[in-house]
Amino acid sequence: MILRGRSIYPGTAQGEALVSSMRISFFGGVDPETGVVLEKDHELEGQSVAGKILIFPTGKGSTVGSYTIYRLKKNRANPSAILNVHCEPITAVGCILAEIPCIDQIEIEKFKTGMFLHVNADIGAIEIIQNDDLKPLK
Amino acid sequence: MSLELTQIEQNMLAGEHGFAARKSMEILVALAKIYAADRMIPVSSVQVAGVSYDNLGDAGLEFIETMADGGGKARVLTTLNPAGIDIQDWQRLGVDEQFAKKQKQILTAFARMNVITTCTCTPYLAGNLPHYGEHIAWAESSAVCYANSVIGAKTNREGGPSALASAITGVTPQYGLHLTHHRKPDLCVEVTDKPDHSSEQLATSWFGALGKIIGQELERKAAKHIPLIRGLPGASLEELKSFCASIATYGGVGLFHMEGITPEADLFEHPPDILRIEAGAVDQMAEAMRQITSTEVDFINLGCPHLSIKEIAYIAHRLEGHSVNREFWITTARTTKQISDMMGYTQIIERSGVKFAADTCCIVAPIKGKYHTLATDSAKACYYGYAKNAFDIYFNSLDDILNLAIQDANREQSA
Repeated sequence: MILRGRSIYPGTAQGEALVSSMRISFFGGVDPETGVVLEKDHELEGQSVAGKILIFPTGKGSTVGSYTIYRLKKNRANPSAILNVHCEPITAVGCILAEIPCIDQIEIEKFKTGMFLHVNADIGAIEIIQNDDLKPLK
Repeated sequence: MSLELTQIEQNMLAGEHGFAARKSMEILVALAKIYAADRMIPVSSVQVAGVSYDNLGDAGLEFIETMADGGGKARVLTTLNPAGIDIQDWQRLGVDEQFAKKQKQILTAFARMNVITTCTCTPYLAGNLPHYGEHIAWAESSAVCYANSVIGAKTNREGGPSALASAITGVTPQYGLHLTHHRKPDLCVEVTDKPDHSSEQLATSWFGALGKIIGQELERKAAKHIPLIRGLPGASLEELKSFCASIATYGGVGLFHMEGITPEADLFEHPPDILRIEAGAVDQMAEAMRQITSTEVDFINLGCPHLSIKEIAYIAHRLEGHSVNREFWITTARTTKQISDMMGYTQIIERSGVKFAADTCCIVAPIKGKYHTLATDSAKACYYGYAKNAFDIYFNSLDDILNLAIQDANREQSA
């Protein structure tokens, strides 16, 4: 299944989805060294965003969060792509600095943690690879 | 509506003006897309946040240096937010040498881009003072709120990178608070409370607590509001500075109007929705913001936002002939400190044992763990002191904080 959104920053990525129904604050909320979500009582608390297709409604918090996204990239702990319902400036600018593919205007309920996704942010397309397609050959 | 760029803007985006201009234009085009702006407009003044090494870390430092190496030059007057250190006097304030070295590297990179390295959250007191109606691109939430509301200049709430992008390109996307119809108030705030000690016009804590009440109320309503505040008899620069910092911190407010005080208050019809702040509500809030007793205080700070020369003159007058034994920092702009030096205020204040920390502040300096309890007259410092530095807070008026510092010393002398 292929879903469409609006491209915020181009590029392609593939990997496992990590979905949050809560907003994410990168500054103070995500450890820039490891990618682990630190925010207390956040539904992703303790999980790492590193290498994931990170999906959340929209960002929040300090504008310094853009630099946190850049720091994640420098530390190789960045999400490989970011998908938002509504991308706000902190996340958008962070993705531009760090050159992380980013798409918004997606329907978040179509995605579940663990799904395997192909993201093509050049054209704002996200392909959900069926779990059946992923089973290792016996 | 689609975005139309001028030839020079297109050239920047295509990389013809170098890496820094291309990255900058990418940032501004993305913002234009998100907010459905159809063009860029020139700005004449920029304030950049994201300056302290404590916030930027090595990655932020590397990015700023990459922009400087990539040919980035400020096309318009551009000033900086506070740094993590007093640039001339960091050793005396106990800052680690490695931190100071990195901080200086950041400032050098900004200076290479022709950014004026006055490190202050009150650029309007340090040579970056836009006029009414001027389009600008400012970061630093308290200064944004002051520029929009008190001066009537026009800026959105920029982040550090987007402000730097506007400095390098000289433009910003036209949306939000740049458009007059987005500056209309949509909520009236009727204040029947008033400060009881405004003779010096330095009721900074009262205005800070008022800002917190209104800010939190707006935050609860979830939608972004522009309040029109009625009923206040007057407000000084210092009181407005404190109010702006607080309402921006607690309510994300970029613009408010105050009847009889701010320049755009009379331009619009009064909205029907009314929020009432009754007599006594502000003192009640201030009381609730005092988490600890004065005896538990191990660190005192005045200067969030950075102190004006009027506040420093008042503090010098109050501290003259007294000695203070607790760690007590005055945070202000380098340029304001220079006026204080010239007037002899610095000498009086330092003779009492109080330290000046210019260029920096208690939110961005690396002081977490060094102190545990903060006394302040700033509602904004309460929020960040707790959230960023894990301080327990003693919030009180400027006079009460000074009394605390002085009486404390007197008690020890008589003991």
